[in-house]
Amino acid sequence: MQYEVVIGLEVHVELHTESKLFCSCPNRFVPEPNVNTCPGCLGYPGVMPQMNSEAVKKALTASLALNCEVARLSYFDRKNYFYPDIPRGYQISQFHVPIGSNGSLIIEDDQGTEKKVRIGRVHMEEDAGKLVHSPYGDISMVDYNRSGVPLVEIVTEPDLRSPGEARRYLEQLKSILQYAGVSDCKMEEGSLRCDANISLRPAGSEKLGSKTELKNMNSFKAVEKSLEHEIKRQRAILESGEEVISQTLRWEEDKGETLVMRSKLEAADYRCFTDPELPLIALSEEEIEAARSALPEMAPARAERFVKDYNLPDYDARVLTASRSLADYFESCLKTYDNPKTVSNWIMGDFAAQLNSAGIEADSCAFSPEDLAELLVMIDEGSISGKIAKDVLLKAFASGKPPRQVVEEEGLLQISDQTELEMIIDRVIAENPDSVANYRGGKTKALGHLVGQVMKETKGKANPQLVNELLARALS
Amino acid sequence: MKIDFKKEVDHVARLARLELGQEEKKLMAEQLSGILETARRVQELETEGVEPTSHVISSPALMREDRVEESLPLGRVLQNAPGRDKDYFRVPRIKPGE
Repeated sequence: MQYEVVIGLEVHVELHTESKLFCSCPNRFVPEPNVNTCPGCLGYPGVMPQMNSEAVKKALTASLALNCEVARLSYFDRKNYFYPDIPRGYQISQFHVPIGSNGSLIIEDDQGTEKKVRIGRVHMEEDAGKLVHSPYGDISMVDYNRSGVPLVEIVTEPDLRSPGEARRYLEQLKSILQYAGVSDCKMEEGSLRCDANISLRPAGSEKLGSKTELKNMNSFKAVEKSLEHEIKRQRAILESGEEVISQTLRWEEDKGETLVMRSKLEAADYRCFTDPELPLIALSEEEIEAARSALPEMAPARAERFVKDYNLPDYDARVLTASRSLADYFESCLKTYDNPKTVSNWIMGDFAAQLNSAGIEADSCAFSPEDLAELLVMIDEGSISGKIAKDVLLKAFASGKPPRQVVEEEGLLQISDQTELEMIIDRVIAENPDSVANYRGGKTKALGHLVGQVMKETKGKANPQLVNELLARALS
Repeated sequence: MKIDFKKEVDHVARLARLELGQEEKKLMAEQLSGILETARRVQELETEGVEPTSHVISSPALMREDRVEESLPLGRVLQNAPGRDKDYFRVPRIKPGE
């Protein structure tokens, strides 16, 4: 039978603020546990929560950037559960009235056609602490640095039809939220987290099949892979005539499979009710309109500007603007090195490759836009060849040292000293009588081989143009 | 609707991780029944045309500025911890489904 895949995503995004949602502890990712905590986010009774105005503003911006209707009046509820990551015994969350609802986002479907993904709700809530389970015995260790960090949860309608669509939705969402300055959306630091609901139904059927929920995916790729795996698993169950059990599954990246976390039959009972300690959040028309007009230039508009202002090909503009940090990097680099196409080539090529293999964003790497500009200047002034420059970029990226320092320390300066090169050329001519004879016999291609030998002797440091000239002269 | 208060008390006690004795359960069931009876009587009121009140504080939020203030020193943070492991709180492990 043909099945249709139905996917909905729940994404938690940490809002980029200075302080936490209800207390003044820093909202910052640090490795030392429990240093950013106070009686408020440790859940001591009697501490009045103090709402962070910037968090509300960012949640409003997120709602508007995702085309949501904004609630003029919304409020917080208490979601009650007992687990050590929530020391108060309840999480403060917008359960009844979310700040944003009925939004949407445009992605490309698997055929490349534009498609609208509906966003059911965008609501504010506080993050929980982080548990580290000890491998020995029945002990957990808790770090409350994350407790009380402001989040928005963004929930789609079940509109996605393939793992590829899910990935593209996430990429698009990340781009929009980064551009809007709402969050840095770093999955590796946990500032963007995604759970997926997935079910299959016979093609053409309206009724939803029973779904499973997937957790613990640490990258967009992992979301895609876990969904592909789950489709296979559910299809096999349905084809054998059995029913899919509604449960929560944990994606195990190393094994490439899902494990049961809990069955939905024992579904949580959160007994949500309005938090009586927190006042209503009222947003005026003026505030909403001010936030709407303050929305920054998003990726498509920026790509258009890159084509127009920098004369870049459409492809370059789209790649560079896919992430805000990469686009910012590009424009910063142009401030000191005004050749957009060259900068674009280096960013899309060697620089992007380094970012990918390090798994980081352009704004968190040690190789600054000024470093890239310096590297390109060194090529132009003939200090290094383009080939050596690739090597320098690699080393500067890994060490955080300025490229000029790398070149000096590694002795990579290009040899443009004529006398030194002529000595090497004489040696190469003496050692390659065949090539020399071929060249003199009219096979001009043989020169390439000789140039190659000179480059090899100098470990790529010879100025290639100069070598060509000098060789041709020596052989004539 | 007939409510089984004994079952209800068991359920809520389990959610709240409370261990109640037989006597306590009986007392809680009686009190819960009384509270729900009061709520039922409130529900009899004619509320046609009355705006629902979601909130006890009707004035909108006075919010604080997004400014960092000093957190608690680590010694104070962990002072009341049930257990400590390096700079972490140490707690009994809770397995899913419990």
